[in-house]
Amino acid sequence: MTVQFSPLIRSVGLGGVLVTFGDKATDGANRAAIAFRGAVDALGWPEVEESSSTLVSAFFRVDLAQHRFEVVRDKLATVLDGQDWSAARLPEGRALWTIPAVFGGTRAPQFDEAAEAAGLDPAAALADLTGTRLRVLTIGFAPGQPYLGTLGDAWDIPRQVGLSPNVPQGALVAAVRQICLFAKDTPTGWRHVGQSAFRCFRPKGFEPFPLAPGDEVQFADISATELARIEAHNADGSGGAVREELA
Amino acid sequence: MRALRVLNVGPGVAIQDLGRAGYLAKGLTRGGAADVRAVHEGAALLRQAVDFAVLEMVGTGGSFEATDDIRIALTGATMTAAVDGSAVAWNASHILPKGSILTLGPTRDGTYGYLHVGGGFDTPSVLSARATHQSTGLGALVATGDSLDVGADRSGDVGLTLPRDSRFGGGVVRIVPSMQTDDFDAEIRMRFVDTTFRRDPRANRQGVRMDSDGDGFATPKALSIVSEVIVPGDIQITGDGTPFVLLAESQTTGGYPRIGTVLPCDLPRVVQAPAGAELRFEFVSLEDAAAIEARAQSEWCKLRSLAAPLVRDPAEMQDLLSYQLIGGVVSAVHSPLDEG
Repeated sequence: MTVQFSPLIRSVGLGGVLVTFGDKATDGANRAAIAFRGAVDALGWPEVEESSSTLVSAFFRVDLAQHRFEVVRDKLATVLDGQDWSAARLPEGRALWTIPAVFGGTRAPQFDEAAEAAGLDPAAALADLTGTRLRVLTIGFAPGQPYLGTLGDAWDIPRQVGLSPNVPQGALVAAVRQICLFAKDTPTGWRHVGQSAFRCFRPKGFEPFPLAPGDEVQFADISATELARIEAHNADGSGGAVREELA
Repeated sequence: MRALRVLNVGPGVAIQDLGRAGYLAKGLTRGGAADVRAVHEGAALLRQAVDFAVLEMVGTGGSFEATDDIRIALTGATMTAAVDGSAVAWNASHILPKGSILTLGPTRDGTYGYLHVGGGFDTPSVLSARATHQSTGLGALVATGDSLDVGADRSGDVGLTLPRDSRFGGGVVRIVPSMQTDDFDAEIRMRFVDTTFRRDPRANRQGVRMDSDGDGFATPKALSIVSEVIVPGDIQITGDGTPFVLLAESQTTGGYPRIGTVLPCDLPRVVQAPAGAELRFEFVSLEDAAAIEARAQSEWCKLRSLAAPLVRDPAEMQDLLSYQLIGGVVSAVHSPLDEG
């Protein structure tokens, strides 16, 4: 039996208030963070200038030089009370994305190594990576870049000791039961298991940041030939992905 | 279109404004000018709104030709400044006549110098701002041959100056306890505020590394924390115990614990400290920090009333020693002009 984590409400400098739902990156704490942020946003408090969610927390940007922390804290505590946020419904307006990607081969050279680290044969690893509907746990590190979870326990693989010097934009990299889809070329200790042509940040596009926390993502296995065909006609950065509204 | 033509330019020159708020959830930090106070000063000197775009310069400036009569103001780190070869005062506003050439650089104190123009720079806006966000590739550094458009100017005031403040040489910086301060033992926190740090030359718009002698400030809890939101001024302690003060262009989240957060009104002191300058941190309570910051915000809004006529600009005097400045002895070595 695990000890229940009581949500923490803390000030972050004079820049805002953070509500934290766990001390480990669990699926329940992440669901709570996304749902709670959505619930507070829906209240439209004037002192909240913007909000965001991280893996386990919801952040509300408030100028604490103009609004007393204790007052904001008590208001947030009132919203927190009386609900199990880890079981809450996620906000409306989320999307399901189906994103084509190549797994293994020269375009994703660490697929076999990652499967072995997870103790799976390549077919089982591929079934996990394409059969699991993942949630955008948080967006960060680079603009629009999603951390996706949560894969099964087998995928609790550590980061490799050394860094891969430059894993390309659109890469799917795996570690600690998560997949990150790179917004730009990045040195990383996570393993390069897949490659897409999906652009997470499109500064001049109609929708600069296509993904949002709470969205769901499912990867579809394609051939390297098919990926090359998508890349040749990818001016909008969509990478062949399909977006559907989630009810 | 009114413009400044870039005849040549240093390596770290970029258009900035107050940045892009509202994209934290999308992984994009606000960015914008490193020294926000300097932006307020420029707006006060030109008697215009604070959200006009400015030119930010690190270490060196450049030379710029005016295609029209253009009002300018110079703020932030003091740089050598001349119009058609004649020195002009820093922390002041001037007219840049059509066809004249403004030459700026290198910095003599501080780190970031600013050039403001009447009407603001009217460069292309991306995601509702003109600020260059270098770490994410939004916008580009200014290059030789560029032409920087200048917006319509609704005012004509020039020849104003503001008193110089003390933020350009390091000093004491006030910090407030933050979400992870309690993860550090009392001993580490005490040693942190007792330490005199030096600003490391390794610094950019994302953050500034702080050097010190003696042990680092790492906490064992750092190994297990979950990546968490960053606000500008957060002091993160990396795995080897080194503090970094994070600035407006940092990443949105970070996996290193924060020992405290610099008050926004004191952040320009960190930003402007030159490499090697000494800095110390002093904790103030959240309640005191809120009062200090509220007072500073209101002072920044009143800068306009402090902008006074530039009565006599010693830098413009062609033959300094021929002036009887205060009727006393004029020394070429001990220059009273540098003391005001």
